[in-house]
Amino acid sequence: MIIAETAQKFTALAIPGQDQLLFGVCPHPLTCGLGLTIGAGTVFPEVNFTLPPISIGDDTWNEVKAHYEEMAKQILRRAVALAAPGIVLEFELLPAMTERPEWGAEITAILKRHLVAAHEKHHLPCALRVTPTDIRDQLKPPLLRTGEPWQHLRRSLELCAEAGADILSIESVGGKEVHDRALMYGDFPGIVFALGVLAPRDMAWLWGQIVSVCLAHPGVVAGGDSACGFANTAMQLAHQKMLPEVLASVVRAMSAVRSLAAFEQGALGPSKDCAYEGPVMKAITGLPISMEGKSASCAHFSPVGNIAAAMCDLWSNESVQNVRLLSGNAPEAFTELLAYDCRLMNAAASRGGALDLRDWMTASDEWLSPQAAVLSPAATLRIANAIVHEESPYRQTIAAGRAALDLLKEGLAEEKLRLSRKELQWLQRIESALGELPADEASLMAALEEQYGSLYDKPSYGL
Amino acid sequence: MAQGSALYDAIVSGDDKKAHAATAEALAAGIAPMDLIQQSMVPAMDEVGRLFEAEEYFVPELLLAGRAMKSAMELLKPLLAASGQKMPVRVVIGTVKGDLHDIGKNIVASMLEGGGFEVIDLGTDVSPESFVAAVEERQPQVVCMSALLTVTMPAMKLTIDALKTAGLRTQVKVLVGGAPVTMQYAKEIGADGYSENASGAVSLVKNLLADA
Repeated sequence: MIIAETAQKFTALAIPGQDQLLFGVCPHPLTCGLGLTIGAGTVFPEVNFTLPPISIGDDTWNEVKAHYEEMAKQILRRAVALAAPGIVLEFELLPAMTERPEWGAEITAILKRHLVAAHEKHHLPCALRVTPTDIRDQLKPPLLRTGEPWQHLRRSLELCAEAGADILSIESVGGKEVHDRALMYGDFPGIVFALGVLAPRDMAWLWGQIVSVCLAHPGVVAGGDSACGFANTAMQLAHQKMLPEVLASVVRAMSAVRSLAAFEQGALGPSKDCAYEGPVMKAITGLPISMEGKSASCAHFSPVGNIAAAMCDLWSNESVQNVRLLSGNAPEAFTELLAYDCRLMNAAASRGGALDLRDWMTASDEWLSPQAAVLSPAATLRIANAIVHEESPYRQTIAAGRAALDLLKEGLAEEKLRLSRKELQWLQRIESALGELPADEASLMAALEEQYGSLYDKPSYGL
Repeated sequence: MAQGSALYDAIVSGDDKKAHAATAEALAAGIAPMDLIQQSMVPAMDEVGRLFEAEEYFVPELLLAGRAMKSAMELLKPLLAASGQKMPVRVVIGTVKGDLHDIGKNIVASMLEGGGFEVIDLGTDVSPESFVAAVEERQPQVVCMSALLTVTMPAMKLTIDALKTAGLRTQVKVLVGGAPVTMQYAKEIGADGYSENASGAVSLVKNLLADA
């Protein structure tokens, strides 16, 4: 395993052509956990699971642990029954488990024990991804590099690494305090400032910390991040008709820049499942990614259910509660769904049909939503190319936004994409706003100081 | 006034500077504050609400209209208070203990403000004790709680229980919401109402207060 000790800048695409950008394969596969190699030709399920309604406290802790014991046992039993070629379990800590790092570590150890047993008994290649909660946004404005929440998060990363995590990830929130406000008001300069100035700064610092934890724990891989708090928020609000889909689409493309910063600091993938910007990162870095789509409907709506699988290396369900269904508990039922999704992809690949299946999955969604239109292999390469040809995260973010805007306009011109009148108005508004952004981030920051200056802590961003 | 007035148009188009200026001009022309509210501002926000319900407006347009309304209210509030006019209904809102999600809560808060309510936003990770303290101190008519995690939903019940223990429960209407929350859960924990979306929350508050 190689972990970069210094930040690297990606100036060219690791996957320059569409024919190489597909599910299950990448130029730099990752071997991790218990005999699992990701990105070397096989797509594996990544199962994510959570608790049903229950308070987490000293009085309920044994019950909480029992849930995780049950979920791990049932998921792995179903994976073995379906002859899954391998599996990743993802444990997303709940806030209370990060605030009290020993709790998160205890669950990590439980899950790892089940994976070790399945590996020893059934030779199941497997790995455990552990994702502490980014709890650094508790104060207003959030203190990202100092204070108790960061100390707890750092300790949580260390203890989970010691307790058996194979992959460490996070859904980081730096810049979100500004992005939330800007997104709600549809303020494009504010969105660009959050995504292209603040978030990359925090990502670079935070992922430097996470990589250092991994370096101190041999065998633990720095996985990747997700723009969940940014682009997935926009996606869900667009689904509820609260925000324009075209805005969510452009935000998605721009969010790839801040998520890429994890890889620049030495993360090796797979990026987080909810990072729908993952294909852009895969094209740039050649590292494996996890994705989610139709089989994550237990967690949330998605307008990209099939197309999201087109370039995945792990295929996830996002999150499902441990509740009873007719076929068993929900986590094992969704393990089955994922296992069959992966079987189809792997069978297609083994018969030389991977590109066909990828293209069918792409074609089924591509022009039915602006958010899918920026996720095709061709769109991915356009956005990725735009990013690597710019220098600073700010310029890269603008370039990614422009690429997404051009893709949408081309889809409209070719009458593939149809948009309502008000979506078209917003497309025009975004285009104007992109054209009016200052050339450098310092000018943008100065222009937005009155509007957003009180929302963020400048030293938290090295400012 | 009303439709076609500068203040009405400024609010519907979400222009806070124009709303402020139009209010100042109207006051200078001798128009009574309550007339401005009833004949321009309320109709304007009704129109904004209608456009949102009809999916003609997204949340940004809605919030900008709310901001414009707030800008106008800044000029009117002192005049209303001085003349002994009834102040807007007060709402305390927060995301419950252990939960850091605030987008949904923020949308509800903004829409309530746009609907003419005075909103006191306690933020995220709000303990039952903090809700109780806010009710004691700020004397709201309504408490709104949000949760996005299944494991933080129980904090809603703890908060309602804390309001009961403090003898404050009967003073306020309690509303709950958030992705995992259901009407059934709201009933189980003794809330007065549940809404599955932000615009529904505003209507719900109005209905509950009308029934009170």
